[in-house]
Amino acid sequence: MLTLAHFLTLGALLFSISVAGIFLNRKNVLLLLMCIELMLLAVNMNFVAFSRFLNVMDGQVFVFFILTVAAAEAAIGLAILVVLFRNRQSIAVGDIADLKG
Amino acid sequence: MMWNDLQLALPEIFVLTMACVVLLADLAIPESRRGLTHLIATLTLIFAAILTARLMLASGEVAYAFSDTFVRDRFGDVLKVFSYLTLAAVFVYAKHYLRQFNLFKGEFYTLSLFALLGIMVMISAASMLTLYLGLELLALSTYALVALNRNSLSGSEAAMKYFVLGSLASGLLLYGMSLLYGATGTLELSALSASLSGGAGQSMLLTFGLVFVVVGVAFKVGVVPMHMWVPDVYHGAPLASTLFIATVPKIASLALAIRLLQDGLGTLHGDWQLMLAIIAALSLILGNLAAIAQTNIKRMLAYSTISHMGFMLMGILGGTSEGYAAAMFYTLAYVVMSAGAFAMVIMLSTAGHEVEEIDDFKGLAKRSPWHAFLMLMLMFSLAGIPVFLGFFAKWQVIAASISAGFTGLAILAVVMAVVGAFYYLRVVKVMYFDEPEASMAPLQAPVDFRALLSVNGIGVLALGIFSSGLIQICVRAFS
Repeated sequence: MLTLAHFLTLGALLFSISVAGIFLNRKNVLLLLMCIELMLLAVNMNFVAFSRFLNVMDGQVFVFFILTVAAAEAAIGLAILVVLFRNRQSIAVGDIADLKG
Repeated sequence: MMWNDLQLALPEIFVLTMACVVLLADLAIPESRRGLTHLIATLTLIFAAILTARLMLASGEVAYAFSDTFVRDRFGDVLKVFSYLTLAAVFVYAKHYLRQFNLFKGEFYTLSLFALLGIMVMISAASMLTLYLGLELLALSTYALVALNRNSLSGSEAAMKYFVLGSLASGLLLYGMSLLYGATGTLELSALSASLSGGAGQSMLLTFGLVFVVVGVAFKVGVVPMHMWVPDVYHGAPLASTLFIATVPKIASLALAIRLLQDGLGTLHGDWQLMLAIIAALSLILGNLAAIAQTNIKRMLAYSTISHMGFMLMGILGGTSEGYAAAMFYTLAYVVMSAGAFAMVIMLSTAGHEVEEIDDFKGLAKRSPWHAFLMLMLMFSLAGIPVFLGFFAKWQVIAASISAGFTGLAILAVVMAVVGAFYYLRVVKVMYFDEPEASMAPLQAPVDFRALLSVNGIGVLALGIFSSGLIQICVRAFS
C-alpha cells in the first residue's frame, strides 16, 4: 500500500537530485536546464500527492500552471543558451566565468 | 459575479492588452518612427494609473476576486501607482541609452510591460498560485531583458546565470509552497493564515515549508545567502536593463515578502522573524563591505542594493503595520534614489562607450556642475545623510527594528550606514576633487531626460524635507 510518505520521499529525492545536479554539474549548461525541469516536476509530484491524499483539487490545478510555466521557462532558457553559444562558441559551465560575483 | 471580478482587475487587463498591442504595433512601425512605441507604452502607463486611481477612490474596502485568488486593497493600489510612475521614468531614461547603443527596438517596451503585468499580479495576489504566476512572468521577462543586447558576451553570460539561479530560487519557493499546501490543504493566503492560527497542520511540513519559502523570497529580494546574482546581473546587463532591474522589481519584492510573510504566514511571525534578522544583518555587513572594494560603479551600486534590501527587511521583521509601512517607505525611497543614480551613469555614457568605472566620474564638477550637484544629492541620499530622503527612510526602519526588540541589529545598521557612506562619498570626492582624465566634452542628453533627472535629483531633497507626506501614504496603506 502506497502512503503519502512514499510520494513525499520520492518528491524530496527528485528535488535533491536536481539541486545536486545544478551545483555539482561542471560540464554542460544543457544539463542545468534539465535539472531545473526535474526540480519543477518534483514539486508537481508533491502537489499531486497532497491533493490526492487531502482530497482538495487546488493542488492539481496548480500543477497545470507549473507545467505551462516550465514550458515557457525552457523556451527562454534555450533562447538565452543560443545567444550565449553564438557569442562564446561553447556551452561548458566552466567557461562562463567572466563575471565573478 | 464575473463582471465585478473583471472590474477589479481592470488595470491588469488593460496592461495585458496594451502589452500585446505594443508587441504587434511595433512590427508595423518603421525604424525611424520608433518613438511611437515609446509613446504608446508611456500612454499605457498613464491610463493604467488613472484606472488604478479610480478603483482606489471608488472604495477603500478590501475586495477579493476570481475565487479569492486576487485581492484589491489600498496597499496594492499605492504600490501599483508607484510602479507605473517608476516605469514611466525608466522609459525616459532608457530611451536615451537605447538610442545611443543601437538597441532602440520594441522588445524593451514589450518585455517591460509584461514584467509590469507580472509585478501587478504579484502585488494583487491573494493565493500562492497567483503569486507564483506573477513572479514567473516578471522573472521570465527580466531574464530576456538582461540578454537584450544579443552581441554582448557579458550580457548573455549574466542572463544565463540569472536564469539558472532564478529558476533554482523559484523551485525552492515552489517546493516550500507545496509543503505549506500539504500542511494546511489550501493555496489561498487568507485561508492559510486562518488555518495556521487554528493550530492546524503538521509542524514538520510547516517548518520545512517556511524555510524554503523564506529562502525563495530572499533570492527574489536579493539578500545575502542568495545574493550572488545581483552584482553579475547589474554588471553584465545593458544599462537600460540594469536601470529597470534596480527599480521596479524592488517594489514587487516588497509585495512578495509582505503578501507571503504577513498575509499568509503572519501567525508564524515568531519563526520567520529571526531568520529575517540574520539575513538582514548579513546583507548589511556583506553589501557594504564588498561595495567598498569595487571600482566598477555598476557593481558598487549592486552591492549597495544588497545592503539597502537588508535595511528593508529590518522593517518587515517587526511584523507590525508600522514596520511594514517603514519597509514600504524605504523601498519607495530606494527606488527613487536608485533610478536617479543609474540615470546619471546613463547620462555619462556616450555612443560606443558605456560608463562602468567610478573613475569615469572624475572631474564631473568642472565638466557639468549642475549634474555633479545632482549626483552629489543622490549619493548623499543613498548614504543616508540628514535632510535627504534616504536619511528618513533609514530612520524609519531602524526605529521599527528597535521597537521590535532588535536593538543590536539597529546598532549594526547604523554602523554599516557609516561604513556605506565611505563609498558613496568617494564618488563625490572623485567628481569634485579629481582632475578629469577623458574628454571635457559637455554632456549630451535630450531635454526630457535632463528635466526628469533634475526633478529626480531635487526630488530626493524635497521628498526628504517633506517626507511626512510619503510616510503618511505608506502608513495609510496598512491601516
